[in-house]
Amino acid sequence: MPKINLKHRSWYEVKDRLSSFLFILPAATIFAVFYVYPFFETFNLSLRDWNGIGPAKLFVGFRNFSDILSLMASQQPADLTWWQSVIYWLKSLAAGTLSLNYDEVWWRSVWHASYITLVALTFQNALAFMLAMACDREIRGKHFYRAVFFIPPVLSEVVVGLIWKWILEGGVQNGQHYGLLNHCLDAIGLHHLVNDWLSDPKTALTCIAVVHSWKGFGWGFLMFLAGLQTIDRELYEAAKVDGAGAWRTFWNITVPMMLPVIIVVVILTILGSMQAFVLILSMTDGGPGYHTEVPVTRILAAMMRTKEFGYACAMGVTFGAILIALSAALKKMENRIKRI
Amino acid sequence: MSKRLACLIVLCFALLYSGCAGTPEDPNTLTVWHWMTDRHDVLVQLAEQYKAQTGITVDFQLFAPSDIYSQKVIAAAQAHILPDIFGILDKKSVFADFIKGGFVANLKPYFEENGREWENSFFEKALEGNRFSANNAYGVAEGIYAAPLDVMNIQMVYNKKLLEKAGVVSPPKTFDEFLRAAEALNKIGITPFVSGWAELWLLDCFASNYAFNIMGIDKIMATYRGEVLYTDPDWVKVFEIFSVMAQKNILASGIVTKSNKFAEQDFALERAAFAFNGSWCVNVYHGMNPDLDYGVMLPPKISDGHPLMIWGGAGGSLVVNETSPRKEKAVAFLKWLTAQDQQAVLSEATRNLPSNRNALADLPKELADFGQAMDVVTHQTVWPIEEDAVVKEKFTKGLQSIIIGERTPQEVAREVQEIKKRQMERAIRRAQ
Repeated sequence: MPKINLKHRSWYEVKDRLSSFLFILPAATIFAVFYVYPFFETFNLSLRDWNGIGPAKLFVGFRNFSDILSLMASQQPADLTWWQSVIYWLKSLAAGTLSLNYDEVWWRSVWHASYITLVALTFQNALAFMLAMACDREIRGKHFYRAVFFIPPVLSEVVVGLIWKWILEGGVQNGQHYGLLNHCLDAIGLHHLVNDWLSDPKTALTCIAVVHSWKGFGWGFLMFLAGLQTIDRELYEAAKVDGAGAWRTFWNITVPMMLPVIIVVVILTILGSMQAFVLILSMTDGGPGYHTEVPVTRILAAMMRTKEFGYACAMGVTFGAILIALSAALKKMENRIKRI
Repeated sequence: MSKRLACLIVLCFALLYSGCAGTPEDPNTLTVWHWMTDRHDVLVQLAEQYKAQTGITVDFQLFAPSDIYSQKVIAAAQAHILPDIFGILDKKSVFADFIKGGFVANLKPYFEENGREWENSFFEKALEGNRFSANNAYGVAEGIYAAPLDVMNIQMVYNKKLLEKAGVVSPPKTFDEFLRAAEALNKIGITPFVSGWAELWLLDCFASNYAFNIMGIDKIMATYRGEVLYTDPDWVKVFEIFSVMAQKNILASGIVTKSNKFAEQDFALERAAFAFNGSWCVNVYHGMNPDLDYGVMLPPKISDGHPLMIWGGAGGSLVVNETSPRKEKAVAFLKWLTAQDQQAVLSEATRNLPSNRNALADLPKELADFGQAMDVVTHQTVWPIEEDAVVKEKFTKGLQSIIIGERTPQEVAREVQEIKKRQMERAIRRAQ
């Protein structure tokens, strides 16, 4: 038997391992430079008071976070320590004067993003699912519909925003509404429904949510369609032979088989909708008042308008934590459903 | 195999490194970052002329719109990759931060050369915003830190044809006359007033005109210092102006979500009789509707107590990068660009008011009308103190709430004061 050179072998092992590491080094470097470093730098900045320009980055600990998360009672003295503040809040709570969130606008913006997400989860995904089911059948021109339904997602968000702004415009010239929607409503005799859609606080956010859903349903449509096409047709045929109706087939075959796809679409919808902002900038710029502000527009405003970079980074970290918690909860839910 | 792999990795790093490196240091190429879409072509044309005269290439790089440009400049300052010449589109405290960060050269020695020849060529108001006096509140060394390319002011414009149609003989001089004119316009179905009040600075600008008129600059500055409350009756009067305008149906539909571009379109297409806009609008309206017949007027005053001041001063100003190895060449180029001949070319091509007082000949009538009001202009860049940006945001968002009928002037005054108090307390907390 030939004798094994142990020294030689270990050098080969090291070399082999080294080359494996070298293979992943470019990807790891890019990941570290563009993901890991910015994350830690953002967190580092969130602990500082910085205007984004000057060299002075004053360390303020978790004050930015406490400004976002804490409650502040009206008339609260400025020189209280944190535990004195807690006692003061409790007393204020008992007295019924604890009402003002420190950054109430930020939390309102989180609610606005949640509302847009809720509309997207229901209206947008239901529409996408229905259209995918329609296109999955043998209908005439299905390839044409597939292409048409995918047009909105590939359009620029700014362009979509400006087009919808024109559609929802509320102005009048020579007695004629020049916003398309109002013009149509007026023409068909529904004058009482004519509205200044984007400037009315009651309708502005819903308009944004609907346009966001219109823009985004194509992605869901494509994923649902791909999912539907993987379902074995024999299952439907067997169900038909067993006398199952359309509704029963849908609930007992389509939905269970589509569940993994539905969960992926739900996660992507939540992450995409919570972070929507380009559409908002081009349609309302967060207005009227604060009625269409979302977390990303608030972060942008803190960075660019009020020059509070540290505070903006703290908002970014807080918002990131909310999204991570949401994704983790959904992942857990997915695992639980899979087990069922 | 492993040699090839090693070569590939080295190549990747070399490419990555070369990609991260800055542009080659050409001593005869100046880079200018700007945001002025309407002036880009003529600036490029002037750069070609400068190259023919001096052999120095000037690369004008356009980044628009202005808010995107601002973000780029701030990011470039953080990364220390600012170009030779650039502009700062922000309030004076931010300008001061750039100076204190060592990004902006003090041009005072250059302005004072040859018996202040360069300084004296400008309108006084054009330089005011770029000047920091001795012992200023910002802690910046005394000097002049930017060269203005043009001047501007913000006033009201009126459509002559629509006013005539409504039987309004002359443009209103007082707020009551304005209300009567608006009523007459409403009667014949014409929208009286439009402006881009989704843009908070423009809304703030209109409100501060009237704040000056109602209470004067001293009381405004006292409010910013926290000595006068926003719930003061004079401030409530300022808020009430917006309430009255909304209640009397004077404002264009959707004004609070309308950007200035859309508002300019509305006025140019004769959808509204009055607009609140800056002198740059002369060029914009000409582009949208060359036949538009309009005049320029000061916002109608509401009180005789104090003079009505309008926003104005330097339009676009450019600064020289203090760390640029081509600093002297950059200053020489700015001197050339702001000289009479080049200013005349810029003014003629872009219909903007020149910053060089010697280049005022042959301006269009509307532009000349804008120019006449340069004596009553003011700007936050020349005020001794600035309001906290968070309070300013609450103030303007509050005005939007009044316009849409969601809040009363008194409620907004209370809310703004609450935020003012909170911000002052926060400043104290952070200082501790």
